[in-house]
Amino acid sequence: MKGFPLSRLVNPQLIALIGVLALNWLLFPGFFRVTWQDGRLFGSVIDVLNRGAPVAILAIGMTAVIATKGVDLSVGAVMAVSGAVAATLVVSGYPMPVAVAAALAVGLLCGIWNGILVALLDIQPIIATLVLMVAGRGIAQLITEGSIVTFNDPALVFIGTGSLLGMPMPVVIAAALLVLVTLGVRRTAIGLFIEAVGVNRSAATLAGIKSRVLLMMVYALSGLCAAIAGIIVAADIRGADANNSGLWLELDAILAVVIGGTSLLGGRFSIPMSVLGALIIQAMNTGILVSGFPPEFNLVVKAGMIIAILLIQSPLAAALAARLGRRRRAEK
Amino acid sequence: MTTVSGAEPFRLEARGVSIRFGNHLALDKVDFGLRAGEVHALLGENGAGKSTLIKILTGAYQPTGGDVLMDGIPMRLANPQDAQVHGIGTVYQEVNLLPNRPVAENLFLGHQPTRFGLVDRRRMDRDARDLLKRYGLEIDPGSELGSHSVAVQQIVAIARAVALSGKVLILDEPTASLDRNEVLRLFEVIAGLKARGLAIVFITHFLDQVFAIADRVTILRNGRLVETRGLDTLTRTDVVRMMLGKDIAFSGATSVETERPATDLLISFKGYGRKRAVQPFDLDIHKGEVIGVAGLLGSGRTEMARTMFGIDPADEGTAEMNGKPVAINDARTAIGLGFGYCPEDRKADGIFGDLSVRENIVIALQGKLGWFSALTRDEQLEIAGKFGEAMDIRAASLDMPIKLLSGGNQQKVILSRWLATDPAFLILDEPTRGIDVGAHAEIVRTINRLREDGLALVVISSELDEVVAYSNRIVVMRDRKLVAELRGDNISPGVIVQAIATHDAAPDAITEGTAP
Amino acid sequence: MKLLTKLAVAAGLATALSTSTMAAGLVVGFSQIGSESGWRAAETSVTKQEAEKRGIDLKFADAQQKQENQIKAIRGFIAQGVQAILVAPVVATGWDDVLGEAKEASIPVVLLDRGIDGPEDLYLTSVASDQVHEGAVAGKWLIDTVGDKPCNIVELEGTVGSSPAINRKKGFDDAVAAVPTLKIIRSQTGDFTRAKGKEVMEGFIKAENGGANICAVYAHNDDMMVGAIQAMKDAGLKPGKDILTVSIDAVPDIFAAIAAGEANATVELTPNMAGPAFDALDAYLKDGTVPQKFIITESKLFTAADDPQGEYDRRKGLGY
Repeated sequence: MKGFPLSRLVNPQLIALIGVLALNWLLFPGFFRVTWQDGRLFGSVIDVLNRGAPVAILAIGMTAVIATKGVDLSVGAVMAVSGAVAATLVVSGYPMPVAVAAALAVGLLCGIWNGILVALLDIQPIIATLVLMVAGRGIAQLITEGSIVTFNDPALVFIGTGSLLGMPMPVVIAAALLVLVTLGVRRTAIGLFIEAVGVNRSAATLAGIKSRVLLMMVYALSGLCAAIAGIIVAADIRGADANNSGLWLELDAILAVVIGGTSLLGGRFSIPMSVLGALIIQAMNTGILVSGFPPEFNLVVKAGMIIAILLIQSPLAAALAARLGRRRRAEK
Repeated sequence: MTTVSGAEPFRLEARGVSIRFGNHLALDKVDFGLRAGEVHALLGENGAGKSTLIKILTGAYQPTGGDVLMDGIPMRLANPQDAQVHGIGTVYQEVNLLPNRPVAENLFLGHQPTRFGLVDRRRMDRDARDLLKRYGLEIDPGSELGSHSVAVQQIVAIARAVALSGKVLILDEPTASLDRNEVLRLFEVIAGLKARGLAIVFITHFLDQVFAIADRVTILRNGRLVETRGLDTLTRTDVVRMMLGKDIAFSGATSVETERPATDLLISFKGYGRKRAVQPFDLDIHKGEVIGVAGLLGSGRTEMARTMFGIDPADEGTAEMNGKPVAINDARTAIGLGFGYCPEDRKADGIFGDLSVRENIVIALQGKLGWFSALTRDEQLEIAGKFGEAMDIRAASLDMPIKLLSGGNQQKVILSRWLATDPAFLILDEPTRGIDVGAHAEIVRTINRLREDGLALVVISSELDEVVAYSNRIVVMRDRKLVAELRGDNISPGVIVQAIATHDAAPDAITEGTAP
Repeated sequence: MKLLTKLAVAAGLATALSTSTMAAGLVVGFSQIGSESGWRAAETSVTKQEAEKRGIDLKFADAQQKQENQIKAIRGFIAQGVQAILVAPVVATGWDDVLGEAKEASIPVVLLDRGIDGPEDLYLTSVASDQVHEGAVAGKWLIDTVGDKPCNIVELEGTVGSSPAINRKKGFDDAVAAVPTLKIIRSQTGDFTRAKGKEVMEGFIKAENGGANICAVYAHNDDMMVGAIQAMKDAGLKPGKDILTVSIDAVPDIFAAIAAGEANATVELTPNMAGPAFDALDAYLKDGTVPQKFIITESKLFTAADDPQGEYDRRKGLGY
């Protein structure tokens, strides 16, 4: 990456994240205090990373889907399904690797199902994935028989609450996935093809890109990411909660992608920026928790901050900033 | 140009109307006069300005210059409702009524007869029955509109438009989705309305229908008026010639070399066709040869290209490449064989607007290389730079989005995209439409250069002068059928026009025939 | 003659075999909301058990969270000529028509677990818990346990605006407010879920000096408490000792925690709404005894002294 301009590091997302963190620090001075305890890092900032990991992982898959001008509403439900599969299997005595592999496979299958509806049957993504959004949670409830399946398998619990080199496992997994998927799309031609299909599917097909296979692949990736997030969430609370696991997280994931600057109209995308978006959302959530506001204000505060962040990113703000910059230069 | 004869004022008249969209002058001082009791055909190829003129007459666009007059009095049409109030009704190809509501309701929607403030359904049905009878339709006014054929729906739409407006009826391609009998039925209705003194504008692509029903014709080309004439003074050939270009020289064809050695045969299509798209055709394409494809809009030119490229694969016939049979069932296969295709609609099927010029150039090559042999950024820049220079692409940077380039430069990018794949055979569909003169010349130069390099090209174009200039052979399409193949001395705009215009001559007659 | 004898014999047999004589052979329809929570699943299985115990023929219909399904089910019960109907209404409004039809057919209706907005003569009685009282019981336990020592409490609330969250907060807060040494220092919603309970508790621990400022945690349901217990353990705290816990519902997992010494107390929201309902129906159908309009179930407190392991085992099979 030669000639990487420093100015690209200064982007609205980073400014927003720093802003939210600074606000948290004002409301709770101990926000940045990180201590070493029981062989791992401990503090609110670590909580932001740890709690933000599931949405960040969803956002990785969602970014690819949205870049193709699609959307995957089913990820929250798929989280519930994969968590249910993993929990039920370890409770029935299967070893952790088998349970996790099965849960990942189920997530992948869910993604492929969405891919078939979108790519082969040409159903609009929002409708196609709505099917699994509704049905998925029902499937998860069937698997858990309506109750929270609690488990104590130490290997599975480790995925949710263990740590590696001081970092919580969910953070380690999310970071690894981020690096893997980003390299996977940017070091191959897949990233370019995803953008091409998102900008103009017809032209992409005429240019010899396998649009259908590509669409199948991004939905499969999204399903896989959802399965990973579902396993993490279940492992974290040592139980598969089919009713609540991943509930509404699809919307957080979409929001993370949008905050990260990928357009819902498809095309240009950035996975690291979406992950940054997920962290911004989680920084807000954690900030609200430690601030001591009454919970009735949670949603209002969150909505206000999101509007502010999206305004900072809007073309209008960019134009204003440019004009301001010009004037300042002119005054000099 | 038609002059007002003074004796009979026009019912509806456009006097010197112009309209400009950005830098593009879509209509340039066009005069159009419509008399009461006449059927007036409006003809022109894509981009000639037909629909723009109609939109001005119906109030959808406001002209930047000139006047629209009704019975000699200038009108201000701010929107389509104004036009309706002034007596101008329009019926489009796609009937835009409510298919899931009763016929009667569709006829009177917004103007239902009322009684005590409520819709008087019984009277509405009675009125509807009377009205429909006058159009020769004996259908139940209470039945759903959508349960009837398109032709009936079309007539209902006409009845509604006439009932609401009453002076002028504009029919925008009403026959496009009708079969032969339905067309005849529609013509009866039109003839009846004409006898009642309505002024009727008729837009279509079918010349036969124009000659069957219209009294006069106005032909537009490139936003300018070519001619308004009585059809009794015109031949079919005249009309086609005026539509395709005013400057066609009827002799002096600049035909290129003639015979090709059989060893140069690259691709051979035999009985190649696709139902409802293009009838089976035979076509041999040689290395170092440009085959021009001529024909009016809707003649099957583009369908032929799409079938050859595998986007809409053939369902009959065979294709051979270098003597070996090949099955071209999708674009990827075609590209694998060394084909390339520059589509007619650059924006919808060609460019990736938000992606950079660089990415737009390398995308087909990368598609050929596959997912895992990614070109690095440097390689991409090198390829894009090489073709950008060769094609003289004017872009501030290879990293700027292609949507910011002019149409001509976009076309050069798409050509570069295919040249980067090192193709053997290129299909160019209207490569010079809507681009500036400089880019136009560059593309024509490129076509000639590629031929000299030994590529095979099929070039579809409405620009007859241009096709004649660079084609070794020309095939003429009409009614989704390859009707003539012209070579040697026969390659001249005049012969092409005649081939397009002739309506039931056997193709052979043209091939063997002499230039007029 | 023959038939009558048979019937009499059958009736006699039934009388001899069943504990609750009149209810035996009764046909009762039960329109359940669905199975959106473990508690709901337990309610369904307890209702079936109670019916079986009394020899009642229970017709069960799962509405899958949709009122129209419940209305359909109730109409079906009326058409089948059941002798009584149990309904756990999914929403509070829109019941006037269908319950009116049941009334016309002289079929008594008992509401389980939730109330409706409508004339009270549409149903025989309503069996439900008193959510404010549940909160008060939890508060009283804490007061009794802490004594006059100062104690900072953090509260994990249910979903903002939901009636259990509002009522359980009111009952607890009012009880605790009477003792000046007890203070609720933080209160935040955990949406009734384990995951959010854990996340919120993590935040509280960070914000309150690593948990050192916290003396007790009160959660509006056990699921959130199970999450909070994990958060405390992850932070190196000993729940149940360093920080006292009290929550509501009495689901099996909280008994496991109590048995392990990681939780202190829970207030039961009994899944047995059907028992009192059947008793009331029994009396009503036998001699027309009209029960009181609102039957309140007991809000029983469970601590380590109440055989938590035994409770866990008893409840495990109920579908929680």
